[in-house]
Amino acid sequence: MSSHLDALESQSIFILREAYSRFSKLGMLWSLGKDSNVMIWLARKAFLGRVPFPVMHLDTGLEFPETYAFRERFTKEWKLDLIADACPPIEQTDPTLPSGSRLAARKSLGLKQALERYAFDGIIAGIRRDEQSTRAKERVFSPRGDDGAWDFRDQPPEFWDHYNTDFPPGTHVRIHPLLQWTEVDIWRYIQREGIPVVPLYFARNGKRFRSLGEEGITLPIDSDAATIADIIAELETTKAPERAGRTMDHEAEDSFERLRASGYM
Amino acid sequence: MSPRIKDAVPPLPIVIVGHVDHGKSTLIGRLLHETGSLADGKLDELKGQSDRRRVDFEWSFVMDALQIERDQGITLDTTRIWLKTRKRPYVIIDAPGHKEFLRNMVTGAASADAAVLVVDAVQGLSEQTRRHAYLLSLLGVAQVVVAVNKMDRLDWAEAGFRATAEAVSGYLAGIGIEPLAVVPLSAREGDNLVRTSANLPWWQGPTLTEALDQVTPRPQPVDLPLRFPVQDVYRDGDRRILVGRIETGRLRVGDRVRFQPTGREASVAGFETWRGSTPIAAGAGQSVALTLDDDLFVERGHVAGHPGAAQHIGSRIAVRLFWLDRDPLAAGDRVTVRLGTASYGAVVDKVVRVIDVASLGTTGTEQVAGGDVAEVILRSHGAMAFDTFADNPLTGRGVLVRGHRVAGGFVIEGAAAASPNVTAVAQSVEPAEVHRRNGHTGGVLWLTGLSGAGKSTLAMALRRRLFEAGWQVYTLDGDNLRHGLCGDLGFSDADRSENIRRVAEAAKLFADAGTVAIVSLISPRRADRDAARAIVGDGFREVFIDASVEVCAGRDPKGLYRRAFAGELPGFTGVSAPYEAPEAPDLTVPTATLPLEDCLDLLEREVTAGFGVERRKAGRLG
Repeated sequence: MSSHLDALESQSIFILREAYSRFSKLGMLWSLGKDSNVMIWLARKAFLGRVPFPVMHLDTGLEFPETYAFRERFTKEWKLDLIADACPPIEQTDPTLPSGSRLAARKSLGLKQALERYAFDGIIAGIRRDEQSTRAKERVFSPRGDDGAWDFRDQPPEFWDHYNTDFPPGTHVRIHPLLQWTEVDIWRYIQREGIPVVPLYFARNGKRFRSLGEEGITLPIDSDAATIADIIAELETTKAPERAGRTMDHEAEDSFERLRASGYM
Repeated sequence: MSPRIKDAVPPLPIVIVGHVDHGKSTLIGRLLHETGSLADGKLDELKGQSDRRRVDFEWSFVMDALQIERDQGITLDTTRIWLKTRKRPYVIIDAPGHKEFLRNMVTGAASADAAVLVVDAVQGLSEQTRRHAYLLSLLGVAQVVVAVNKMDRLDWAEAGFRATAEAVSGYLAGIGIEPLAVVPLSAREGDNLVRTSANLPWWQGPTLTEALDQVTPRPQPVDLPLRFPVQDVYRDGDRRILVGRIETGRLRVGDRVRFQPTGREASVAGFETWRGSTPIAAGAGQSVALTLDDDLFVERGHVAGHPGAAQHIGSRIAVRLFWLDRDPLAAGDRVTVRLGTASYGAVVDKVVRVIDVASLGTTGTEQVAGGDVAEVILRSHGAMAFDTFADNPLTGRGVLVRGHRVAGGFVIEGAAAASPNVTAVAQSVEPAEVHRRNGHTGGVLWLTGLSGAGKSTLAMALRRRLFEAGWQVYTLDGDNLRHGLCGDLGFSDADRSENIRRVAEAAKLFADAGTVAIVSLISPRRADRDAARAIVGDGFREVFIDASVEVCAGRDPKGLYRRAFAGELPGFTGVSAPYEAPEAPDLTVPTATLPLEDCLDLLEREVTAGFGVERRKAGRLG
């Protein structure tokens, strides 16, 4: 195969087709961010033009106006079967969580609501291993219990592209076709394929969004990267983590403390 | 600062394995620092935290901190860390050293192009390290760099290093691994990781990163024979589009291909794409969609090769496997064998030997425990299409599924011949074609219970009812079969087992032919019924016809109980011989309390649920 991007694309298509073959009620999460746009693009390649299952936007009502405009336009252009139910209100989340995390918890509730409402047995999500340390431990096919919990201590083995697709009743499966991709891979692929993204990713007045979430809990970074080529160049030299602008990632207690608390020396 | 990397150089995946205390996390933490791959300020932050906690800073904290930011685990699972050397980027897969997390080690190591095997310079090879090394060889990770760590504890002595290096190389040679390099280093002190060390003046060989830079990325296996396992079949109007990934070899438009295990042939009419130009050829690693010039019956699991170089077919294969489940594997166990996209019901025919990873000899045990490596013979119910690992490392391997989990992996050594079960000839009609015509699948409804419980009555009435509803159905009655097929057998334990085996084999033939076979047989022993289930495979339904000895003796249609109670019938089930009731039957029919028609309703529902053809998902892509 000619390139690294071709290899990643081919692997992701393989995963999407496995999911479609093994599960009868699939849904794909569409956060409207760069990664999930790539994922939809890959699904269109896998299924020869049309995404054959619903895509779901867990809508908090708090996205940027540019993000909503993007959703309206590309739902039509890409002929997507969109589910955009409103997430349950913040009052229903755990009040002991920090405020940014409570907003994120609304999305967990929204997903739970969708699982009940539409009886999905497989949910395709665009997470990547390089984004965040816990995500590095994920499997491509990752079982969730009744409550949606992830028991990362007892994950089945996964190797040679033989995914666990057979699960006891009451579990649903998260499928992660982008797990192997890195942030810069995503941008190179967007560049190569000409995949549209929300314009907030590109710098205006010295600021841009590197990771896109809700208004108010997502902060832009200092950057002059106004084109995809600029962004790729920026990523090759930066040492700042991708999700530095995500409030909820950084309001938890000291990570080293938590390590100690769990019995580490 | 790490150097700028040229456009889109893929990171080379490297797994770090070895015993839990031999310094893997320290090695990775220090390597990240030495290669300038840590985020700005990370080191100061961790050192500050250590000061506040009044503990000495350890390099392993780097790894732990990277893993822990959003959870509270220890190194339970594989984690991926990105770093760069002067030559190229790497993705480092840290695999846990704990024995109980071997399944995670396998998960991590299987995707690596090369491995760093960390060995404590003082303690040498531990059993866990040997086990990891053995698994590397089975996983096909052939490029190994040995890091002899903690050289500071040896006072940097060359003689001590040579002794450890020799022992490690000797062991690796025994499992077919020739290390790229055996490197002395100290992860904690940072010696010989990236830069040469003044503490090791006698060392002329590479540093760790220099050794890693010698690794060659795994080539795409385009030069092996074509293997295209079908992943799914999509419909676009009348057209059938086969999708899947070419595992090895190349495929061109116009190529004649043969699908195994059916042996059907057709030519490739063309490739299908959503966007961009449509290729006229594709090679290993590519996910493709294609159409054939002939409307063959092809489904998921069939594997296309070029005629003359297609896969072997057989129902018995000798494999070398690693077992990852908590419960051991033993002869007679039922498993699902997955080869590529194909899935076969199978039974462990024989455990040839469990391998002692320390001596590479045989342990002498017959059970394969979690973490063990063993040579095993697997027997499938239908014919499998396969390659040997020696011929094709990608399609000559597979996994075993038990319960709901992938529980082991294996490489295929070859066909295991000399069995009556070898199926050299594939059927000319596919089961799915029969199912489509009949409107249901074949299967076996196995009625077990005491004499007089109502098995024969129900079996015959159920056959009538199903027949009238349009089913292909037949009844195999234990008493009737003893006049013919089993006429040479008596009632000893061995003869009873053989009787049940023959009935099961006969029932399986009916099931294979597309018929629902209702078996009516006392079959008092659990082990015999389990054996029958193993013979029949997926379409086996055990039904307990439940009536107590008292109830049956009260009915006594053949006068047998009276004679048994009088001592005239030794070995009579329920009176002078035990009946082992099923522990988890697929259905229980309580004939003492339910009227006949209700019993038949229960049975009919079981048959419909078990063998009625499922409606395939409607409107695939249309």
